[in-house]
Amino acid sequence: MAAKSRCIILGASHAAAQLAPTLRQQGWTGSISMISNEYALPYHRPPLSKDYLAGTKTAEQILIRPAAVYSKCNVGITMGVTAAAIDRSNKQLLLDDGMALDYDKLVLTTGARVRKIDIPGVDLNGVFYLRDLNDAQQIKMFTGANKRAVIIGGGYIGLETASALRKLGMQVTVLEAMPRILQRVTAPEVAAFYSRIHAEEGVEIVADVQAVSISGAKQVESVQCHDGTEYEADIVIIGVGVIPNTELAEQAGLKIDNGIVVDEYARTSDEDILAAGDCTSHYNPIYQRHLRLESVQNALDQASVAANTICGNLKPYSALPWFWSDQYDLKLQIAGLSQGYTDVVVRGDIDGSRSFAAFYMREGKLLAVDAVNRPQEFMFGKKLIMQGNQLDTAQLADDSLSLKTLLTS
Amino acid sequence: MPRVTYIQADGQSQEVNLEAGSSLMQGAVDNMIDGIVAECGGSCSCATCHCYIDADWIDRVEPAEEMETDLLDCVSEPKDNSRLSCQVKVSDDLDGLVVHLPTTQF
Ligand SMILES: Cc1cc2nc3c(=O)[nH]c(=O)nc-3n(C[C@H](O)[C@H](O)[C@H](O)COP(=O)(O)OP(=O)(O)OC[C@H]3O[C@@H](n4cnc5c(N)ncnc54)[C@H](O)[C@@H]3O)c2cc1C
Ligand code: FES
Repeated sequence: MAAKSRCIILGASHAAAQLAPTLRQQGWTGSISMISNEYALPYHRPPLSKDYLAGTKTAEQILIRPAAVYSKCNVGITMGVTAAAIDRSNKQLLLDDGMALDYDKLVLTTGARVRKIDIPGVDLNGVFYLRDLNDAQQIKMFTGANKRAVIIGGGYIGLETASALRKLGMQVTVLEAMPRILQRVTAPEVAAFYSRIHAEEGVEIVADVQAVSISGAKQVESVQCHDGTEYEADIVIIGVGVIPNTELAEQAGLKIDNGIVVDEYARTSDEDILAAGDCTSHYNPIYQRHLRLESVQNALDQASVAANTICGNLKPYSALPWFWSDQYDLKLQIAGLSQGYTDVVVRGDIDGSRSFAAFYMREGKLLAVDAVNRPQEFMFGKKLIMQGNQLDTAQLADDSLSLKTLLTS
Repeated sequence: MPRVTYIQADGQSQEVNLEAGSSLMQGAVDNMIDGIVAECGGSCSCATCHCYIDADWIDRVEPAEEMETDLLDCVSEPKDNSRLSCQVKVSDDLDGLVVHLPTTQF
């Protein structure tokens, strides 16, 4: 590797914060530049709907690494510029300010952007989406005890936001278009659990209802639904999913299929362009299908793989996906992916307590675990999924039996 | 600024200064110390920031809460002095602290 080699990382992302130092650790001696359209060093996004929103962590406390680390690793960071195109034949990244940057290796860590909804009134003052620090800062200006918040979308981010706003003493309503919250990601039992907890905490959850318009004179005042109901609001937060940022890659002719397609070494269809994180679609050997994940674990692990690939150490990516969500005093840890499950086995009192584990099964094997305030079920559940053995559902449900005993050594 | 020594499983050691109030995990990440993965960024969810507090110091560190002890039961080589480094905050009282890192976080 020639010392003059240039590596450009597009997006000052979770993945980038992992990638740049790993490149140095793996011996990359060329230049490293990070380009971002945001105005902050890479930061942890999860607290945006949790500790940061609730005011228990500051913007500085959520930085992934302090500025000193990037200077120590000799990483150049350019903020506030957007990449407009990739010129593959000349190996240049073109920026919207007219600059053209030469690269030898380009890593796309462009993440995802929020899915927008197109209803009257979404542009009113006080209506927000939540993806980046800027969004969270703006939302915070509209929060305050006894103010009314309407959250459109009952996914993890919407529910975490509800929890954080309750902590601030706000009145919170969550509107969900599907028949239940968390429809895409959990079993009905788990969704019912979260509905119960939110009700106990004083959040109103309304399912099976579509927001059709938002109104207000200058500022948002209320949200109207398809069934004629109306909810007053001082602030509206919309959380209805994300879309991967694949356009640059697509225009450059890279292979796209629900994300920028990468191989197990994080390489796109151009050998000098790699990609990691929310923007990618990769083949997962554990679940034997292509996945596009939206998680910190995936961004970090794939970034490490990409750094190794660039430095000539081919290490295939084959991690078990995992995710977490904090709401109130509940710590949910999710191991694996539940899609395709046929049965759910519950351990613990899911109807009355605040601690349980739900095991998602297919053909007697464990696919995924949702563990609420059950770190052991999460940790051993991960290992059980990886082992892939047939499991006895009565034993899984038996709270007096440690999951550890089900592992084969 | 409390000074902390991180010792790798292979015996290599690094001594660094930490901001009082920051965690042993953040100190390792900020100084690019290998062996602490910290996938969840310190929210006590991943147990990939496992470390051992040196026997001479273990009594001076605040004890772990239940969530942490439960996670510690599941790490790959738990010991009596195991901690999740994201849950241990350093203060000037801990100046000179010595921390040992495990062979693996998985
Ligand atoms: C509120 C919230 C809560 C979350 N909670 C959790 C959680 O509890 N657990 C979990 O595992 N995950 C959680 N996530 C998801 C997690 O944050 C993402 O999976 C992760 O940030 C993905 O990282 P990434 O490296 O792919 O990209 P990102 O961190 O999304 O960064 C991509 C960066 O690229 C920039 N960019 C994009 N295009 C361009 C361009 N053309 N030019 C310049 N810059 C560009 C973007 O502005 C952005 O800064 C949460 C996300 C949000 C928003
Ligand atoms: S960093 Fe995840 S538990 Fe400590």
